[in-house]
Amino acid sequence: MVTPARVFRKFEGLFAVYKPSGIHWKLVRDNIEANLLKEINAAPPPAPKLEVRFQALPSRESGTSKALTMAAIQFPVLATSPQVRGPRYRTLKVGVGHRLDAFSSGVLVLGVGQANKALAEFYSSAVTRDYTLEGEFGMATDDFSATGRIIERTTFEHITLVKLEKILAMIQGGHQKALITYSGVDLQSQEAYELAAQGILHPQSKSPPILKGLRCIHFKPPHFTLEAQCVNETQHYLRKLVHEVGLELRSTAVCTGVRRTRDGLFGLQEALTRQHWTASDIQRTIKVHHSMLKDLKKAGNSGHAEEDAQPEQHYQQTGTGEHSTASITGTGSKQLHSAAKEAAENTPSL
Amino acid sequence: MFSTNMHVGQRCVRLLRGRIMSIITHPSTDCTAAPQQPLGGHTTTVKRMHSILAQHPVLHSGHISSQTTEGRLGVGGLRYCSVTQHRCQVKQSDCEEPEAKNVIIYEQAQAPSRKLPLTEMPAVIDLEDVPSLSALEEISDEEAIQILVPQALPPISFSLRDYVDQSETLTKLLQLGVDLWKLDQRRNVGSMLVRLDFQSDVAPRLLFLKDLGLQDGQLGSVITTNPFILTESLDKLKARVSYLKSKKFSTESIASMVCKAPYLLNFNVKRLDNRLGFYQDILGLNPGKTRDIITRLPRLLCRSLEPVKEILKFPQVLNSQFLRIKERHLFLKYLGRAQYDPAEPNYVSLERLVAVPNDVFCVSVALATEEDFERFQKTL
Repeated sequence: MVTPARVFRKFEGLFAVYKPSGIHWKLVRDNIEANLLKEINAAPPPAPKLEVRFQALPSRESGTSKALTMAAIQFPVLATSPQVRGPRYRTLKVGVGHRLDAFSSGVLVLGVGQANKALAEFYSSAVTRDYTLEGEFGMATDDFSATGRIIERTTFEHITLVKLEKILAMIQGGHQKALITYSGVDLQSQEAYELAAQGILHPQSKSPPILKGLRCIHFKPPHFTLEAQCVNETQHYLRKLVHEVGLELRSTAVCTGVRRTRDGLFGLQEALTRQHWTASDIQRTIKVHHSMLKDLKKAGNSGHAEEDAQPEQHYQQTGTGEHSTASITGTGSKQLHSAAKEAAENTPSL
Repeated sequence: MFSTNMHVGQRCVRLLRGRIMSIITHPSTDCTAAPQQPLGGHTTTVKRMHSILAQHPVLHSGHISSQTTEGRLGVGGLRYCSVTQHRCQVKQSDCEEPEAKNVIIYEQAQAPSRKLPLTEMPAVIDLEDVPSLSALEEISDEEAIQILVPQALPPISFSLRDYVDQSETLTKLLQLGVDLWKLDQRRNVGSMLVRLDFQSDVAPRLLFLKDLGLQDGQLGSVITTNPFILTESLDKLKARVSYLKSKKFSTESIASMVCKAPYLLNFNVKRLDNRLGFYQDILGLNPGKTRDIITRLPRLLCRSLEPVKEILKFPQVLNSQFLRIKERHLFLKYLGRAQYDPAEPNYVSLERLVAVPNDVFCVSVALATEEDFERFQKTL
């Protein structure tokens, strides 16, 4: 008898999915759970068990002998037939990492079965997410998106790329200050400066959304595209950001698209598009991720241990004596974070 | 994992089973669970059973009728499922104290004799006669076989598995192809099915459906989707069918409609009339076209009309097909190949846009690779 652990083993892991715009994340999760269960229940169900019952055979003509003949006949026990029992597995634990609202699209990380523990750790770790925000000048709506109720219309001919970049730099400055405050480091120290220069600072406790990076990658009025790396964000906040950019430029702007291009280690290349939301493709992806993580661990243990350990330790010590810093938990998140840095540098350009 | 309600009475059931079985049968033999029981062992079990039941005067002949079983067991307010294949009783019942149940068995044997008026008592009874309670009493094989051991089916269960082997209705439904596990998950359906009698309730309705024109293979799926067709009154069903026939629906179309929308015949004539009228008026079609649409999509008659009215305002198809079409169209637009005008060159027919599978679409319609299409999907 194959145990459930064995059956689920090849499907348990973390993988990323490209969520299309207009669909609630829960529907994506349900769809994937249904596809995986279909594959798991695909094996032919066992035949009903047999049991022996005794039935009296009609007695023969002979009047004298009153001996009854009983025959042992095997009957299928209907309670064990597949029509009565139904499919063996009816639920599967599929968890979602950082959620995406219905309007946004992009990389959505999911975990199956035992990997939900790793998913929880991933969710609470300090990895950043990459977003592409598409905006349009000239309108302001109530929910900051292009489909909301229009509140205001303005002109935008006066907007230039220089002005936009100034505004973005100003916004980023504000967020840098917030980052330093929430990360609990003493800015006057040399160690804090080094950490900040390397970009390892991250908020230690619950913080509002913080943008670690913000720049404009496309500008053709009225359309423009921003790229942001952020922590603790919501997609609504990012749409509001676009709206505020418009306001700062003495005009108005509305967000026409929020697209997540990276969530921690999982980028666009690893994300599965809708036609690949099948059990076999998910299985393959999980296998690839397993080997990737193994390599990372090996590389991390051998090469980077020296370099990474020191600044991380310092970081933990730099926190002032009064409040305890929430420690960076173990090697796992260190790996993720350093790998995230690498991934950020090597983001596939589109 | 079955997510349906686990009744609180489960514990009671186990206690019940344990106690009653120990009284009625030999502790090691459970009539349902022991497949290979030698005949000798069976006889000893039955002998003890016989001795207990022999206290009841009517049982002297050694035969238990289902009616008496009911009357006898009705005393304590506790209802059993009797073993006779023709009747299966209540699935849920009140759960009483096990000690009380313990006592009931012995009381039952004595109580009726007190209740029977003197005139009706059979002449066989000698009130001073002490009935022999000996378990070693020898009886012939025929008598032994004729004694039916009431298999103690659980009065409460969360699944139909416990009743399938004993219930004629459930066995026959299984043979028809009904998915009992699907019906298990619905709240009151299981109890309802167990209470039905095959000969008087189920069979006439099955024959009715067959007369309608449904094939044997289709009966199973219809009952799986709509088990309540077995409790609908036959007169009403026939009235609704005759109403549809009066609206000039052919017999084949009625059969196919019932197959596609099993709940159709559960709606009363007034409601069906309302719906047909709505589609005829609002859509502004002649009766023939309405008939054609309803024959193809009988679920329009079953569902509520509000979503239909909404869809009429915004004729969008909100499902995965729509997403697919949108992505493909945007891809073609990006490549500059979104040509839907038949007059122009490089025309892409709607069928090729929608129906064709992905790889064929990418290669022949969009003239690009599947990787390109995937990369484009990730930019949306």
